[in-house]
Amino acid sequence: MSEIVVDGEPLPFVEGQTVAAALVATGRVAWRTTRVGHRPRGVFCGIGVCFDCLVTVDGARGQRACLVPARPGMTVTTGEGDDD
Amino acid sequence: MTEPPDLVVVGAGPAGMAAAATALAGGLRVALLDSGTALGGQYWRHPPEHARAALPTDDLHHGLDRYRALCEALAAHRTAGRLDLRLGHHAWSAVREGDGFAVHAVDRREAPRESAVVLRAPRLLVATGAYDRQLPFPGWDLPGVLTAGGMQALLKGGGVAAGSRVVLGGTGPFLLPVAAGLAARGVEVVAVCEAASPRAWLRHPGPLLRNPGKWAEGAGYAATLVRHRVPVSPRTAIVAAEGGERVTSVRIASLAADGSPRPGTERRVEVDAVGVGWGFAPQLDLLAPLGCSVTDSADGNAVVAVDGGQRTTVPGLYTAGETCGVGGAALAVNEGRLAAASVLADSRATLVPATKPLAALRSAVARQRAFARAMALAHPIPPAWSSWLTDETVVCRCEEVTAGSIRAACADGAHDHRQIKQLTRAGMGWCQGRMCGPAVHCLTARRRAYEPAERLVATPVTLGALADLDEGPPASAASADSSETDKECP
Ligand SMILES: Cc1cc2nc3c(=O)[nH]c(=O)nc-3n(C[C@H](O)[C@H](O)[C@H](O)COP(=O)(O)OP(=O)(O)OC[C@H]3O[C@@H](n4cnc5c(N)ncnc54)[C@H](O)[C@@H]3O)c2cc1C
Ligand code: FES
Repeated sequence: MSEIVVDGEPLPFVEGQTVAAALVATGRVAWRTTRVGHRPRGVFCGIGVCFDCLVTVDGARGQRACLVPARPGMTVTTGEGDDD
Repeated sequence: MTEPPDLVVVGAGPAGMAAAATALAGGLRVALLDSGTALGGQYWRHPPEHARAALPTDDLHHGLDRYRALCEALAAHRTAGRLDLRLGHHAWSAVREGDGFAVHAVDRREAPRESAVVLRAPRLLVATGAYDRQLPFPGWDLPGVLTAGGMQALLKGGGVAAGSRVVLGGTGPFLLPVAAGLAARGVEVVAVCEAASPRAWLRHPGPLLRNPGKWAEGAGYAATLVRHRVPVSPRTAIVAAEGGERVTSVRIASLAADGSPRPGTERRVEVDAVGVGWGFAPQLDLLAPLGCSVTDSADGNAVVAVDGGQRTTVPGLYTAGETCGVGGAALAVNEGRLAAASVLADSRATLVPATKPLAALRSAVARQRAFARAMALAHPIPPAWSSWLTDETVVCRCEEVTAGSIRAACADGAHDHRQIKQLTRAGMGWCQGRMCGPAVHCLTARRRAYEPAERLVATPVTLGALADLDEGPPASAASADSSETDKECP
């Protein structure tokens, strides 16, 4: 099994999974908070339509975790508000 | 493929795959693009090809023979240099250019890196499908509450179940394959809450009798659900979700005929994930800006108007599948074939399909469309659904606009979702109203069909990707901003 690095911690995934699938597989359903109400958010639509699942991938902000295929060594930072 | 294509097909779901295969068989050169990493769209969603041994999901599928046959046909044409297959390419705009079309896409195969690509052809076929239609309820933005399609996508595409104890709710036969898929993977599906009454189907016996394949499919899901002891409750709905950092329970109520919760019937069920869906909303982002006419479908959605050969009102532009109304994969395949047959006829291709199979295709599409219509009428959005909203319920997830603010804007005279957007910011965020649009529309102008706001870009595009366009961005790209800087793109 390969690993991505989420907030500095290794996270295993199966080749072919998206970043969101890798996160959900380990039981995480929330990984950021909203700008106004600071509500927890994670995957909702699973197909790139709702933008709830935003993460930073290899330094690029505002990526939809449900669309980005996980790749070994990829760094993912969670917790961003959606305004930055 | 070195020569330019005769046809660009956007969307490689059942409709787009069938369309591309038919057009190729008729001798055309085709460019087929999809934002996903595999052929198949939503119905045949698979992990990318190289990962299928590690992530087996074939057991969750139906009609795989047809999928494999289409994959093989496409692969053969690709080898022969007639098919330009572009997976991982998201089309963000399609524009008229001279006598043809230019499709602007971002290549995201190396995401998060992206680069711009333009594909041009005299004819364009858009088969972009649909996404889950949502109705808000208190707690629907808690983590662990997903769209039913989102749960299915995680399962079919990534082999991942979103929870271990799940409730599904909403309306429509699509809830059944999701329940069956989860149950087959060992998830405890504690309830499937179907808002409609099965009796509604009895009002449309004709289409039901003429589509025995649908019976068989339904019976298959029912057998799986019985085997796994999954209860399906008609005339019930999830009226609230509760929890802190994630959902821990839902409240379920029986519904009166108008869809309002019957007092005293509410019960609480503990869960760790919830899947909800109220049918689907067609994905018209690329079609609407091209100016093609829309028409009302029986389910309250505006869908693309097509003639008997899937031609839109814009010359050279064709569409097939859920963009013409939600009707399932078998219909999407047939419409894709029909659309491609029209492309062949209109381009005076030499191998136009013979008249007889074409007539059979037309009648199959008519029969399946009639079924889709009956299905929409049997699974309506309950008229009184908004009675389960509190003033604090978030309606627009992106801008966190509540039902109370929307009601206040209505009281101030707003009478459609565009005015609500201006007054409250509902629909102005990242998703551009894709999630809240149908609900806001119902709260304001439910007599009319829901017509999504025109969005000039179908996906956020970075300025960097636009900058590497060899010939400078098209007119609309000036406002097609970077996703980092301004999410209120057009
Ligand atoms: C999340 C989800 C899951 C579903 N799962 C099932 C299921 O398990 N069983 C079932 O019976 N029905 C399912 N459906 C219903 C399904 O939409 C149809 O039955 C069927 O897949 C429709 O075929 P289609 O070809 O019209 O569209 P789709 O299958 O939706 O195919 C459309 C394709 O277009 C691509 N696309 C869209 N916009 C762009 C763009 N701008 N650029 C590039 N590519 C684009 C998409 O990636 C997709 O692959 C699901 C629907 C959704 C939304
Ligand atoms: S979960 Fe909706 S965009 Fe990723």
